[in-house]
Amino acid sequence: MKFLDEYRDSEAAKQLADAIARTVTRPWVIMEVCGGQTHTIVKYGIDEILPKDIELVHGPGCPVCVTALEMIDRAHAIASRPGVIFCSFGDMLRVPGSRGDLLQLKSQGSDVRIVYSPLDAVNLAAANPEKKVVFFAIGFETTAPPNAMAVWLAKRRGLKNFSVLVSHVLVPPSMTAILQAPGNRVQGFLGPGHVCTVMGCGEYPSIARRYHVPIVITGFEPVDMLEGVLWTVRQLEAGQAIVENQYSRAVRPDGNLQSRQLIEEIFEICDRKWRGVGIIPKSGYKLRYEYRDHDAERLFEVADIETQESTECISGQILKGLKKPHDCPAFGKTCTPQSPLGATMVSSEGACAAYFAYGRHLASKAAKPNPIARESQQLVQIGGGK
Amino acid sequence: MCLGIPGKVVKTFREHDVLMGKVDFSGVSKSVCLEHVPQVQIGQYVLVHVGFALSMIDEAEAQHVFDFLKSMDQLDELEVPSPEVVSSRVISSRDAPA
Repeated sequence: MKFLDEYRDSEAAKQLADAIARTVTRPWVIMEVCGGQTHTIVKYGIDEILPKDIELVHGPGCPVCVTALEMIDRAHAIASRPGVIFCSFGDMLRVPGSRGDLLQLKSQGSDVRIVYSPLDAVNLAAANPEKKVVFFAIGFETTAPPNAMAVWLAKRRGLKNFSVLVSHVLVPPSMTAILQAPGNRVQGFLGPGHVCTVMGCGEYPSIARRYHVPIVITGFEPVDMLEGVLWTVRQLEAGQAIVENQYSRAVRPDGNLQSRQLIEEIFEICDRKWRGVGIIPKSGYKLRYEYRDHDAERLFEVADIETQESTECISGQILKGLKKPHDCPAFGKTCTPQSPLGATMVSSEGACAAYFAYGRHLASKAAKPNPIARESQQLVQIGGGK
Repeated sequence: MCLGIPGKVVKTFREHDVLMGKVDFSGVSKSVCLEHVPQVQIGQYVLVHVGFALSMIDEAEAQHVFDFLKSMDQLDELEVPSPEVVSSRVISSRDAPA
């Protein structure tokens, strides 16, 4: 596929890995912010073809993972009401709340549906005027324009039976929370490419300057990520801390102005609770008062449902880059994608779930594969367009 | 979750006064909202997330990494090109707009 296959080219990946190896002179810890980037790293073994001085730690950018348990319980409460069609993206419906996941509700007779797009849920409301259609509006800034468009369209079309349960989260406040956490190890960031297609890069220079961390806005394919690492390492080695845009084929410096205007029209910034982390101030979106007629939390009166998380799980420390999945005694034993204990195991983009999916629970840390052998093995897979 | 897939716009139309289109993903065609990429032409590529085009793919910018790799080849891999080669993508050090 054009604009995908060429960024999985094994020769290009090898050249970039070699350039990184020639640039690095000492150890550096770099965090990739997005869950999609974590998935690419583990799938293609990118961390294993990097010089041993480069450690990649996995960030909080999986919205399914960080959606607070109580939001899932609120979704459960709404979906179990009669006359409701509850819709969401597929991976959200499989996340266990305190009383099972949403798909289990479906098996008990509730009308729970997977949709490809929030706009499909709007059409569902138009086609089922006797039902109340509720869409679980989760996501980072990337998903805010389509979710905002769904609300805007529903209001414009007079669909009073359409509402959204909003649990939006924002990237920059989470990066700041990581950098301020005691024991922070992160020295540079691969920034969130798709978030920046919407929001642009303007929120990041102040973070780079204040905490003296390079931030390279990076794409999601292996060649993108290796180039992002190269640019980050160059800055680190030179003592620089600026924002660069590796993903310039999709990211404009100001993002998408129309999308930003629509977000501003529909949402306002609020404090948000993150699963595994807790409340981060000003780290989410909620619906503006003018759109309260589409606010499922208000319409179904579920805002007072609160839930405590398991204390066994170390996902909060993993989300902040302080620990790796292997550091958890429960990883791959009592905690698996089928019965997750916490945030980073609940979605395929979570660090623990990605490690599990690619067999890393089977290898001990001491038995880390020889990077060179791993390189040739993985690069063939990259070239194969896996 | 923040998955974005590049696809080629093959048709545009309006639905409920919103710009929509058919977008081809290597043979799989999907209906996509194009309202926020109004300048898009048939045959151009957009980045699609959950049925919504977030941005257009800039074909010239898409080449930069391969130009950079070529320049490395030309240096006969004796040294890595200086950061200036790629520094045109540095974001000016300004704060977020108020």
